[in-house]
Amino acid sequence: MDLEFDVVELGEADHPEAGERAPDFTRPLVNDEFWEDVALSELCAESEGPVVLVFHAMDGAFPATYIWNEIRDRSWHERATVVGLSISTPYAHKDLLEERNVEGDYRLYSDPANGVAERYGIAMDLDGMAGLAEPRPAVFVLDSDRTVEYAWVGEEWPAFPDYDAVEAQL
Amino acid sequence: MSDPDITLYRLQACPYCERVVRKLHEHGLEYRSRFVEPMHSERDVVKRLSGKRTVPAIVDENTGVTMSESANIVEYIENTYGEAA
Repeated sequence: MDLEFDVVELGEADHPEAGERAPDFTRPLVNDEFWEDVALSELCAESEGPVVLVFHAMDGAFPATYIWNEIRDRSWHERATVVGLSISTPYAHKDLLEERNVEGDYRLYSDPANGVAERYGIAMDLDGMAGLAEPRPAVFVLDSDRTVEYAWVGEEWPAFPDYDAVEAQL
Repeated sequence: MSDPDITLYRLQACPYCERVVRKLHEHGLEYRSRFVEPMHSERDVVKRLSGKRTVPAIVDENTGVTMSESANIVEYIENTYGEAA
């Protein structure tokens, strides 16, 4: 019997690389008080520092919890505009912001149909959850015109970003 | 994306909000939708703007008007952007 901890291999993804321009999209962006449609291009153009776009598992899954705890503890919001994206609804996002205690500092894009992940080449089906797909875990650091300064996409599941490497870009 | 002058604070599936939406469409007005919390007690953003926690509420930067109550809003839109205006 194999008692090794096995991760699921996902293989390489064909995603936007450093130096390329990240695809634009508009989705509801959720803050602690309301949500409204916001284009990524708008976010990038208005941000003082870089924009960090963090794709993560649906709200409530442990990787989403771990990632937001880590980002919160590292206070990335002080140096960048940091937004998450998952397939969870705006209602669930509001709870995540509250439960992770990141209200006011971070916002979350809601993309239940997973179209953004598809455009970024990072969509994955969820085994045992018929009809559901979500983004692979991924982090993109973008400048004001959406040029990718840093890209990381998980090639196994679960996978977590190299937080120090992201932080070095901020 | 352009920044519309009118921001509508609304609640998903709220008929009074849809009434305002229909009126905005009727006059071809651009607006930004901000969806708020269903829990009345947590709608602080609306309270700060209009003094009440009710939706719909609109902020019209074109005229400097902030108001709530759908009947009032519909009347305001009619008077400001309707044919009589």
